[in-house]
Amino acid sequence: MRARMKLLAGCLAAGLAASLLPAGAAFAEDGENYLHAGTNIRDAESLQRGARAFMNYCSGCHSLKYLRYNRMGEDLGIPAAEVAASLMFVSDKPFDDINSAMPTDSDKWFGKRPPDLSLIARAKGVDYVFSFLKGFYVDKSRPWGVNNDVLPNASMPFVLQSLQGLQKPIYKNETVDGEAKVVLTGVEPLSPGSMTPAEYDQFVRDITNFLDYAAEPIKAKRQFVGIFVTLFLLVFLGLAYLLKKEYWKDVH
Amino acid sequence: MAATENTSTGNAGGLLGWIDARFPLSKLWREQVSEYYAPKNFNFWYYFGVLSLVVLVNQLVTGIYLTMSYKPSAAEAFASVEYIMRDVDWGWLIRYMHSTGASAFFIVVYLHMFRALLYGSARKPRELLWIFGCLIFLLLMAEAFMGYVLPWGNMSFWGAQVIVSLFGSLPVIGGTLVEWIRGDYVIADATLNRFFALHVAAVPIALIFLVIAHLMALHEVGSLNPDGIEIKEHKGADGHPLDGIPFHPYYTVKDLVGIVVFLLLFCGVIFFAPTFGGFFLEAPNFEPANLLQTPPHISPVWYFTPYYAMLRAVPSFAGTQVWGVLVMGSAVGVLFFLPWLDRSPVKSIRYRGPVYKIALAIFSIAFVILGLCGMKPPSGIYPLLAKICTVLYFAFFLLMPWYSRLDSVKPVPQRVT
Repeated sequence: MRARMKLLAGCLAAGLAASLLPAGAAFAEDGENYLHAGTNIRDAESLQRGARAFMNYCSGCHSLKYLRYNRMGEDLGIPAAEVAASLMFVSDKPFDDINSAMPTDSDKWFGKRPPDLSLIARAKGVDYVFSFLKGFYVDKSRPWGVNNDVLPNASMPFVLQSLQGLQKPIYKNETVDGEAKVVLTGVEPLSPGSMTPAEYDQFVRDITNFLDYAAEPIKAKRQFVGIFVTLFLLVFLGLAYLLKKEYWKDVH
Repeated sequence: MAATENTSTGNAGGLLGWIDARFPLSKLWREQVSEYYAPKNFNFWYYFGVLSLVVLVNQLVTGIYLTMSYKPSAAEAFASVEYIMRDVDWGWLIRYMHSTGASAFFIVVYLHMFRALLYGSARKPRELLWIFGCLIFLLLMAEAFMGYVLPWGNMSFWGAQVIVSLFGSLPVIGGTLVEWIRGDYVIADATLNRFFALHVAAVPIALIFLVIAHLMALHEVGSLNPDGIEIKEHKGADGHPLDGIPFHPYYTVKDLVGIVVFLLLFCGVIFFAPTFGGFFLEAPNFEPANLLQTPPHISPVWYFTPYYAMLRAVPSFAGTQVWGVLVMGSAVGVLFFLPWLDRSPVKSIRYRGPVYKIALAIFSIAFVILGLCGMKPPSGIYPLLAKICTVLYFAFFLLMPWYSRLDSVKPVPQRVT
């Protein structure tokens, strides 16, 4: 009996190990070395700063069409009056979705319509968003004079240039499949902006945090509710176990 | 015990008596629950039947609520799911219960099926019980596939594109068949509409009927147990199996413990990791379906990946890819024959020799590795691994008539241990 159970447990453990090991390796090979965003959905001040930064720098072009102004205000602890006064377009109502000011033919301006960012943090991950916002570099061959090392040939102009300053690319000569190629390995500062590197990091971290919130507004509450559900089930488990033990006393 | 009561003719008073005179309520309760005698030695592996039922109910109930706010149209589906996630009261919880439930369904069903391989649950006289189970598994795959298309994310779209186009590899009728399934030249509004109809009405109804048939067959022949012996062969003076105990209250209270443990894990995923690292909800599905933008790597949800790996493992031959499709179909089809492939004189792994144990271990590991291969792009070592494991998967079943008969056996006890 025991030996059999061990064999069985062994099989399962081996299967489990087999399933976990390559899976772990997979994440390393898929994750394209994004920077660690280090965001915290419970940091209310960061979320408020992120909301303000988004409205000032992003919402001109990018909508958050699945998020309403009043929902954002409630969740982030921003008073309704302040949302209306400083975060909304004048023509919008509090219950409206966060729309951009882009006309519908904006694809003529950039080659494609600036995407809605409601779910970008879930679709691509916060590290991607953070890295993207830090990844612009000078590239004279692009229409706006900048390129992005996370999203090559991005059609977006670098709207945060006055804050971060400009970065230049670091190229390396590599041989790929016997062919000499110039490979982009990273970026380095070229000219300073109005923010220090640390300030800029925090600035884009706040935006990333806000977009993480926008992608799943219920996230913080979901985890909070989950704690109580777990506690309830643990108590229930204790009672259910005692009930089972009581009934099974007479089974031999 | 209510064995001496004669309620089937309705001589008990009150409302119950009135009902019993017109409908066999007490009789059903006694025969199916309070006097359904189950072996007293059920172990861990016997929780997964009742857990499948729990997940089925979860899917039906949350599914009904989702339909109240979901819009089955290509233009509105994606937004309506976000509407559920954000604007419907507790919609996020209902949606996560449903999406997590889909994966949970396959976890418990795979373990439930593995139990049958351990203890010979499919063997005579439980062949039909097993076949009903296989049909449930087949329908479940159809149900899960069509359900996955409904959120109309980009992975929904491209996953559907890949899977539906498999039918196109069939000779002669392929092209017409694919068009007929899609109702269009691409996966489109018409496809979404019919998948919705099948997902919320046709398949669930068939599933419910099959689950009832599965339970009726089970209660007709009686449950087997980890010793693989029939408790009905040793009955006491009262006519009840000596090693049996009434399902209610003994197994109702025991299953309750198992259900709560399951709910702890289930709720852990729902509240703390609803995407489960991209395994239960894939990241590309948070982008709307886009005909012009293929995700970097299309892979089905984890529960289909073993079969997807088999599909890709088979090279095209004589100018057609149909062989892979046939292999994938056979991988499910071969399950139906299990009761007749197994020729061992004993049922339970406890009394089988080393050959079956090793075969089952290899099969289990091969199945897991196939699952991994199906998640990966078909490059590097994965295609070779998938080919080897596909062979091992089929060898387990097709060689079973020989190795199960040749294997040594230990004496089987008369009564459960």
